Amino acid sequence: MASDKKFEPTNPTAKWVEDRLPIMGLIYSSLGAGYNAPRNLNYWWNFGVLAGFMMVVQIITGIVLAMHYIPQVDLAFDSVQHIRRDVNYGWLLQAIHANGASMFFIVVYVHILRGFYFGSYKAPREILWFLGIIIYLIMMATGFMGYVLPWGQMSFWGAKVITNLFSAFDFIPFIGDGIVEWLWGGFAVGQPTLNRFFSLHYLLPFVLVGVVILHVWALHIPGSTNPLGIDAKGPYDKIPFHPYYTAKDAFGLGVFVIFFAAFVFYMPDFLGHPDNYIKANPLVTPAHIVPEWYYLPFYAILRAIPDKLLGVVAMFSSILILFAMPWLDGARVRSMRFRPLSKFFFWVFVVNGLFLGYLGQRSPDDILAFGWTALTYAQISTFMYFAYFIVVMPLVSRMETTKPVPTSIAAAVLDANKKG
Amino acid sequence: MTMIKNVKLKGLLATAISAVMFVSSANAADEAMHPKRNDYTSAGIFGKFDIPSLQRGFQVYVEVCAACHSMDLVAFRTLEDIGYNEDEIKAIAVEYEYETLDDDGEQTFRPGIPADYFPAPFANENQARSANGGALPPDFSTLIKAREHLSFFPWASTYGEDYVVALMEGYHDEVPETAPEGFELTPGLYYNDYFTGNAIAMAPPLFDEMVEYADGTPATIHQMAYDVANFMAWASDPTMQERKEMGLKVMLFMIVFVIMLYYTNKRVWKKVKKGDDIDPSQL
Repeated sequence: MASDKKFEPTNPTAKWVEDRLPIMGLIYSSLGAGYNAPRNLNYWWNFGVLAGFMMVVQIITGIVLAMHYIPQVDLAFDSVQHIRRDVNYGWLLQAIHANGASMFFIVVYVHILRGFYFGSYKAPREILWFLGIIIYLIMMATGFMGYVLPWGQMSFWGAKVITNLFSAFDFIPFIGDGIVEWLWGGFAVGQPTLNRFFSLHYLLPFVLVGVVILHVWALHIPGSTNPLGIDAKGPYDKIPFHPYYTAKDAFGLGVFVIFFAAFVFYMPDFLGHPDNYIKANPLVTPAHIVPEWYYLPFYAILRAIPDKLLGVVAMFSSILILFAMPWLDGARVRSMRFRPLSKFFFWVFVVNGLFLGYLGQRSPDDILAFGWTALTYAQISTFMYFAYFIVVMPLVSRMETTKPVPTSIAAAVLDANKKG
Repeated sequence: MTMIKNVKLKGLLATAISAVMFVSSANAADEAMHPKRNDYTSAGIFGKFDIPSLQRGFQVYVEVCAACHSMDLVAFRTLEDIGYNEDEIKAIAVEYEYETLDDDGEQTFRPGIPADYFPAPFANENQARSANGGALPPDFSTLIKAREHLSFFPWASTYGEDYVVALMEGYHDEVPETAPEGFELTPGLYYNDYFTGNAIAMAPPLFDEMVEYADGTPATIHQMAYDVANFMAWASDPTMQERKEMGLKVMLFMIVFVIMLYYTNKRVWKKVKKGDDIDPSQL
């Protein structure tokens, strides 16, 4: 049984500190026994903590890597190799950081989709959801700039392609023409670009920390959602975060670390691109320029639209549309456990998203099954992506007959126990 | 309950199968052949460097490849990894000359020391291209990694070592019948099954008995290619063995630790999980 306990230290020194700065109480009431969470959270609720863990891992390894990295176009590539060859455990730090970016995105994608499935974006958690989207956007910017730093072929050409996207806005008077040069700090991707990307790659993670603090703050106002999607109200609906969820998160984190370590120690290059082992050369264009895997679905959307400006708009819209989800979805029931039709379309959306990722790494004119090009498939898939938000979600959520929802979390727990 | 699970499982299986069918039906027309997989002691989670092969590969690099290919990021001191001792490394380094300044500030030369890096065969890119019919021989420092294309499907993956071995053996004296339709070889280039576009500027670099191995291993083209590929793999990823050895310790520790965390979690949740703490009259 849960009660919102206050932190009351018995140690006189701790009490002295706590009276002046209640920082231990803050931690106690956000991640300790003072925070009560719904008792029925499943393992999908581990991924928020995993994302927080990855953020800390990336910042710590990144700070040490920055001590050895040189943001200079002739030395950047070699300095990364120096880290891998000569710096004590540099190979380990570099592998953790490079694969850590992918791991961060994996856990964040699961975290976002968990939000989709269990209706975490619905009232009263809209601002919590917005802050999450902002975190994701900052992650994308940080990840992109970090990928440029090793100054390999894919770093350089990826930077060129992505920054060039902003030239789609050249119709805007005064700023339009110069926006790409302004990003580059010159007339081509070069030394000023690398230097500013390094600076921003170091800055943005700390902005991210700030938004994450707001995200956690916003979470603690209504508290976590739960797989049933009903509000936790009764005395038996909640349990203290510590020890229950600290124990559960510790186990989940352990499993995740094994998954992470498998990449770091046994396939450190699986998620990277081989061309990034070739020093950047502005005169040699790689056969296929592809971004990191976590951007591939959006890259496919970008290339699916023949018009450059509309393609860029579609790509940005594909993420910004998440801001509208609390209103696109009009269902009164949060969890898709009780919304069979929504659930079906959710899984279609997930498979379609994975397929877009697959298409993102193909060349648009590749001939795929049934003799259709990757471009054709990408156009169908892009249509389905947007149709999910604009057509399916508003209609299905308002018209669907939902299954009966339990009266309380505690009642559902007892009910499940009775059934065995 | 079991029914639902089966439906889910069927859905998952159907999706996975159709995905695999889709991906495998969609192989892009790639003119270069897929290299065959060889055996390496460095492969797998217990992978170890094959020291005799690395030393033979080092010999092939120095006697053959180094005439055109640089290896800028590898220092003589690191040859300790492939089984040479300090004196042997000093003897290897001293064979090379490096530019330096004397006490009067005049340019002079000094013999190499273990801290030096392998010297490049050409002074700059222009010289390298001019000596090689316009083509630039790539640097060996990270080349194996740059030729490694890993896929979710092991049979579709290309490993850098295999690519190098295949490339060395993939030459034809004349354009073969297997060449893409309408293929015409530009004069000065050579036909190779495994090179993208099939026309490579590098003349067949190896021929039988080209080097004399100190350990008496017959120096066939395949043997030399295999050895130099091993050597290049080490140059690209010198911490491979240390990485895998640490990985094993981390994995063993984590597996034991996770089992403990599992039972801790189970015990913590024991009462709450089944709702034994709930007073039904209070609901």
